[in-house]
Amino acid sequence: MTALPTRKAEAWRYADLKAVEALWPPQPARLISVRAGEAQEEIVRVREGGLHDLRVELAAGATLRLVILVQSSGYARVAVEAHLNEGAHLDLGGILLGDGEATQEIVTEIRHSAPGATSRQRVRLVVDDRSTGTYLGRIAVARDAQKSDAEQSARALVLKRTATANLKPELEIYADDVKCAHGCTVGELDKAARFYLQSRGLPRALADALLTRAFVADALTGLEDSSTREALEAETAEWLEQRA
Amino acid sequence: MLVIENLHANVGDKPILKGLSLIVNAGEVHAIMGPNGAGKSTLAHVLAGREGYTVTQGTATFDGKDLLDLEPHERAAAGLFLGFQYPVEIPGVSNLLFLRTALNAQRRLRGEPEISGADFMKKVRTESAVLGLDMEMLKRGVNVGFSGGEKKRNEAFQLGMLEPKLALLDETDSGLDIDALRIVSEGINRFRSPERAVLLITHYQRLLDHVRPDYVHVLADGRIVETGGPDLALRLEAQGYEGIAA
Ligand SMILES: Nc1ncnc2c1ncn2[C@@H]1O[C@H](COP(=O)(O)OP(=O)(O)OP(=O)(O)O)[C@@H](O)[C@H]1O
Ligand SMILES: [Mg+2]
Repeated sequence: MTALPTRKAEAWRYADLKAVEALWPPQPARLISVRAGEAQEEIVRVREGGLHDLRVELAAGATLRLVILVQSSGYARVAVEAHLNEGAHLDLGGILLGDGEATQEIVTEIRHSAPGATSRQRVRLVVDDRSTGTYLGRIAVARDAQKSDAEQSARALVLKRTATANLKPELEIYADDVKCAHGCTVGELDKAARFYLQSRGLPRALADALLTRAFVADALTGLEDSSTREALEAETAEWLEQRA
Repeated sequence: MLVIENLHANVGDKPILKGLSLIVNAGEVHAIMGPNGAGKSTLAHVLAGREGYTVTQGTATFDGKDLLDLEPHERAAAGLFLGFQYPVEIPGVSNLLFLRTALNAQRRLRGEPEISGADFMKKVRTESAVLGLDMEMLKRGVNVGFSGGEKKRNEAFQLGMLEPKLALLDETDSGLDIDALRIVSEGINRFRSPERAVLLITHYQRLLDHVRPDYVHVLADGRIVETGGPDLALRLEAQGYEGIAA
């Protein structure tokens, strides 16, 4: 059994260690494996606090579209470890909605183990009140995994200055013919956009909800089925409007 | 309809409006002209309730209500519309969703029933056709990827959709090509009625050739320094602002 993590471990630096202690040891990881050449879509909703480990195995040419929606009141950590074989594709959308005192984390480790695999991550964190949202995203490209393409975009929206967002990308690349576009930004709602909406008749809270919904929607663009996408958008909209 | 008396306002700590008075009655069209930096957009923003502007003195009432006491969305529901000099781009919020949300939020606040989807789309089709905005553009994010002139046409489109009582148009004519200027002007003229009023902020006589104002004001250094009829605009066009008392 693995030892209880401490603050010294990079991957646990922003965790709520008190909560982790109570949850330790974690349940075995849930396995999502996609067979060679097949495609699959998975939605993982985390409403309950806890340690949620996912292990993703993508065989050669397999595709997985994975969306993770984290919105719990207590401490929640979703950790994804993904192995991509030759020509596999992983599309990962992450949404984390935090309010109250919640500490929530999305931790990903995407391993490009063979040539020609692609991964695309879009993670959007929204933190309000005194909540903490963290995204740790590590991408590892093995020595012979040439022509890998790993795209990573992480953005956090801080609704109140008492809230905290941590975004930490990490690249570990041993192959030389690799594309790795990545971007991380933390920001607040655009005041000019808010005023524009207000001036047309939207109360401030509704304007903020609309802007936040648009911010989050980026994480769902990988879903092919528009009805699933709309259902997830509606779920986040509900969270936003409750606070309006 | 709009009564502004001795209005003083700061942007941050800097005084911009310095004792501005203006009365706009229903049925009238007023044009405000004036040098860059005079405070025209500041006036528009103060009237619409933008954050960061502080009124230090004076009053502004709209249909007898204290305008300065209302939230921006309450001013909109009361019938005030601000056409922006620089319309904002909002990725991820489609023009149609935005407008329908705005229209219904205003209606709710006024105690009116929401507009049905069918009625809304019918109105969208009528108004957008007049302004030459196609449905593909309206499905895009608010003003996203719109050219300068298209953004201004979108402001005119929103004016037509929201049907306010007072349209405060801040350089809605800037950036429009000759045909678009005519189209937008026609939009403003269609909007004109005995119950409504228009306040046009502009630098150009061109607009006033199409939309004939009842009054022309010169705003300089935070105050109205001269008021006249349409001929004042012609005189300014010929002589510039030099010679106008500041
Ligand atoms: N946020 C701000 N901070 C500091 N000064 C500001 C700010 N916004 C406006 N100002 C100043 O206030 C003054 C008036 O600006 P305003 O935009 O109202 O002018 P305007 O009459 O609309 O000019 P234009 O014809 O160029 O549109 C200018 O000197 C401007 O620099
Ligand atoms: Mg201006």
